[in-house]
Amino acid sequence: MVTAATDLDTAREIAAAVPDPELPMVTVADLGILRDVAAEDGRLVVTITPTYSGCPALREIAHDLRHRLNRAGFAEVTVRTALAPAWSSDWITAEGRRKLRAAGIAPPQAVPPQTEPAQTGPPRRGPVPLTLTAHREPVPCPRCGSRDTTQTAAFGATACKALFRCEACREPFEYVKEI
Amino acid sequence: MTDDEFAAYQSPSEETGDHRWAFGTGFTDPLEGIDASVPDSVDAAALAAYCLMLGDDALVYSHRLQQWMTRMPELEEETALANIALDLLGQARMLLARAGLAEGALADGNGRQEDQLAFFRDEHEFRNVRLVEAPDADFAELAGRLLIFSAWRLALFGRLAESADPVLAAIAAKGVKELTYHRDYAAQWVIRLGDGTSLSHGKMQAALGTIWPLVEELFETDPVTAALPGVAADPAGLRGDVDAVLETVLAAATLDRPGAAPMARVAGKSGRDGVHTEAFGYLLAELQSVARAHPDATW
Repeated sequence: MVTAATDLDTAREIAAAVPDPELPMVTVADLGILRDVAAEDGRLVVTITPTYSGCPALREIAHDLRHRLNRAGFAEVTVRTALAPAWSSDWITAEGRRKLRAAGIAPPQAVPPQTEPAQTGPPRRGPVPLTLTAHREPVPCPRCGSRDTTQTAAFGATACKALFRCEACREPFEYVKEI
Repeated sequence: MTDDEFAAYQSPSEETGDHRWAFGTGFTDPLEGIDASVPDSVDAAALAAYCLMLGDDALVYSHRLQQWMTRMPELEEETALANIALDLLGQARMLLARAGLAEGALADGNGRQEDQLAFFRDEHEFRNVRLVEAPDADFAELAGRLLIFSAWRLALFGRLAESADPVLAAIAAKGVKELTYHRDYAAQWVIRLGDGTSLSHGKMQAALGTIWPLVEELFETDPVTAALPGVAADPAGLRGDVDAVLETVLAAATLDRPGAAPMARVAGKSGRDGVHTEAFGYLLAELQSVARAHPDATW
């Protein structure tokens, strides 16, 4: 039972500390996946959102949330999925970005205006990248800070990442895509 | 690794064993906890049929893309295609789940589960467009088909983000972000091959010629869409957007727009009516064989 505000605070702390299974250096709160922790008729309701439609980590996160909250004494925990508004990499917190960088993963740049989730009106037509050169701001190397970096693949080991190489220190690194 | 990180990897398999990544084994509802009620103004039967159409497009195409795994020219490209296939599979799961929930909202309400829809329907019950059925003969065909499919689906989802069905709108708004990456990826390869060597140019042009007869079907109005004003998007209205993208990419790729005639309908019917090409039966047999052979299996 969730009977007091302090219980809810405890639940929030526990939920916020759940690590992402694919990026375990950051928590679901750091990533902006955790949307809400609330009490409804004595039950605890945790709301999360997927980063990508097919992201298999979401079910693991839901399981981990239930497990940790059960272990802390919250017997009835409901995990809900929220699809709207769609997750944006802009929701990754400053602390999340710091942790990603410390782990050698470049955090995402700001989402350009045309891919804003709240966009309304007629569908956008572009931009379609028509050249084979990089079409975004340089992504700084998370190791040496150089901005002389090259994208080697638009998709990485998980749906949310791309692969880069630093031309200065010659190290490859991952980049969390802006979306 | 800290204890917490360790727990994140270990807890699902070792502590309860109630959570597995395979069909029919408690694979959770992709729309779990989402308000699935159908707005009063929306025809629930038509909404179910519509979500099935769009879900089938993604499910079938995702399977075709998965068949490229281990066959891509470079590891990076294989990773890219696996991610694209995964995004589409995620879209398919949510759309099939939405179709089942809308079925459940009908008066005789027995909504089917996502797995029932994917694995236990027969060929004529699938509503995907025929573009997604054939295997790609080579990498150029893969790039061309992916460009056309993702440019079309992106235009469609851009409109559906405003759908009067809030669940469909949310699925579409999420898909727009993913499809933008897919379209960009495909466009880059079409340009690289088209504006590459004479060999790659010739293969890319030939691939477009092979795919082109299946493009017209993408813009044909169907009765399900017509029954859902404000909810569905008229395919005919997408042509301008898709043409603009294709023309821009083809020009940069020094490729000609093919003039091939559209593939004929069969007795007036095509993919949206459950009439498919020969290749589809083989694809479906592979997609469904394990689920049908072991309907109660657990992993």
